[in-house]
Amino acid sequence: MEVIRITTAGSVDDGKSTLIGRLLFDTKSIAEDKLQAIESSSLRKGLGYTDLSLLTDGLIAEREQGITIDVAYIYFSTPQRKFIIADTPGHIEYTRNMITGASTASVFLILVDARNGITEQTRRHFYIASLLRIRYIAVCVNKMDLVDFAESVYSSIVREFESLASKTTIRGQQLLFVPIVATHGDNVATPSARMDWYKGPTLLQYLETVDVFALEENLSARMAVQYVIRPQQPAFHDFRGYSGRVVSGAFSKGDKVLALPSMKSSTITSILYGSEEMEHAGSRESVVLSLQDAIDISRGNMLIKADEPLKPVTVFDATLCWMEDTELAAGKVLLLQHGVNRVKAKIESVHSILDIHTMEPNCNKNQFGLNDIGRVRVKLAKPIFAELYADNPSNGAFILIDEFSNNTVAVGFVDQTD
Amino acid sequence: MRSKRIFPSALEHEAIYIMREVAAQFERPAILFSGGKDSITLVRLAQKAFYPARIPFPLLHIDTGHNFFETLEFRDWLVKETGAQLIVRYVQDSINSGRVKEEKGKYASRNILQTVTLLDAIEELKLDACIGGARRDEEKARAKERIFSVRDDFGQWDARKQRPELFEMLNGRINPGENVRVFPISNWTELDVWNYIREEELQIPSIYFAHQRKIIERDGLYWPFSNFLNTSEDEIPFNAKVRFRTVGDMTCTAAVMSDADNINSVIEEILEATISERGARIDDKRSEAAMEKRKNAGYF
Repeated sequence: MEVIRITTAGSVDDGKSTLIGRLLFDTKSIAEDKLQAIESSSLRKGLGYTDLSLLTDGLIAEREQGITIDVAYIYFSTPQRKFIIADTPGHIEYTRNMITGASTASVFLILVDARNGITEQTRRHFYIASLLRIRYIAVCVNKMDLVDFAESVYSSIVREFESLASKTTIRGQQLLFVPIVATHGDNVATPSARMDWYKGPTLLQYLETVDVFALEENLSARMAVQYVIRPQQPAFHDFRGYSGRVVSGAFSKGDKVLALPSMKSSTITSILYGSEEMEHAGSRESVVLSLQDAIDISRGNMLIKADEPLKPVTVFDATLCWMEDTELAAGKVLLLQHGVNRVKAKIESVHSILDIHTMEPNCNKNQFGLNDIGRVRVKLAKPIFAELYADNPSNGAFILIDEFSNNTVAVGFVDQTD
Repeated sequence: MRSKRIFPSALEHEAIYIMREVAAQFERPAILFSGGKDSITLVRLAQKAFYPARIPFPLLHIDTGHNFFETLEFRDWLVKETGAQLIVRYVQDSINSGRVKEEKGKYASRNILQTVTLLDAIEELKLDACIGGARRDEEKARAKERIFSVRDDFGQWDARKQRPELFEMLNGRINPGENVRVFPISNWTELDVWNYIREEELQIPSIYFAHQRKIIERDGLYWPFSNFLNTSEDEIPFNAKVRFRTVGDMTCTAAVMSDADNINSVIEEILEATISERGARIDDKRSEAAMEKRKNAGYF
């Protein structure tokens, strides 16, 4: 069974939690006792209906304030697929949560309130989807009942969104528009009789069929070594295996590989998945590779196919999202984690900070505050083997760690190398 | 065979990746082992992550003293079978030394007390990472927990101070005194675990399957009758065919009436079930926010 990861962002009022509740409800993913619990909560709050949004608003503080402040992961499945939704808050002050939720997603759900049309927040959500280069974007025009199911309202929102999207150049980006009523389920899992002018798929039909895996296998083969396995048991006396997850592309037995940074070459003699011998290891698979020659390879090193080379990178430009209360300015030294590899990094200069209202870079600002997105030049103490995020997303992102607090303080995307 | 799998293999690849990150980033990790299906799944994942080497961390069992006999028997079998190292720490010892006080009344349970025993064990054994079988689908507060969840000196979890986890990059750097709870099967659901157990042909304790047992009815739930349970006169034990959906200690795990005596019929039942798994955990019923409060205090 395939796993599809989705992310949503939205504000308190646009019905995002209700839409998720609706997806769970319509796929029969809510157990009777949980449904009873939210029914009685709804009653206690004096609501005249079952508030499906209560299914996802988890933490005590959130229930008190009536808002979603973190990333919550929600699960449902159909006979075809398992879905993981990263549900995030949509306000400016939660930009970092949105990026966190979107980082693992291949489908981005954007909610638009039919009454309000495209707002500043919609533009921001689309910007984040594009920053992360998410290719599949489902725009749900919600609350169609409050605009009398008018096709004209829907069509003008679609036109406005399409013109917004035409300004970005994300390879293979595909937009789906669907008019819905989350509270009643129109076009969520069942086609709406009240909007028979809409001929497209329901949201669920789309999620069940969207082909998100097409691109990954065609990328170059890279594996970051996590842990060297040396059993030191009599039965496996000479065994030495390099465990890791295939970052992108695929490896096969007999492939000529290069170890980075040593540039030593060898040939794959075995691929293990658990105790099973495999012929191939595909993208995202956790395997153990053994090589013909005893070459020195340790954690954080990379294995690549000899005919798909990779250049070392020590200075590069990146887009950063800063996730800490403290400010970031040029000169700051942090730890950079690229995959499983950590090196010291210095922020050489700050090029610009994005104005989150106009979506334009501001070159006069040179300090990052919490949730700021901007462009920087980074210099590393040792080279890494990253690619441009636009070319290979799995090998082009990194996080920054504060050496003293040990917190993860930023996420970055490699934009340009020398 | 592989193509016929219902279990989503992407979840196993992710869990194995997390296991290896634990081995690489920490000095003294352990698997929190309860003998329940989730921790049994963890043991299999650890075997697969490091094959042909042995599992590079011990299993830590916090024994409440109120176990199902079948679970203990199974635990000892599994340890023998896998060659894993087992460490047991006892809630009874925490009671004897005055670290905790036994609860009184008919709802008395050692479930909350085991937090203290666990935190003491972490300190004594200097564990920097504890791998647990918690899943985000179990409960709303757990839906927000990270895969690497940092706990302070007091084992506490602060929802507002969680580290962001981006892509698959896991940051296990900690300050002295802190430790990390690791949840490799965060993204699995109950059904995923059962499908995994079926497809991997894992052995599990017999109480997961329908069997005859003496039970009492209380608050609309069926409680296993035992010496550990304080009952009133009108709670008369009777025999019924039941199974357990989770395996906690005997005072906080409710049974469900069932004829499912093999893995296929258990999965059938779950597909049709109307009561979610945690609905059979009496400890969560105490209040709507029960789980979050226990987590703040350092619970698993």
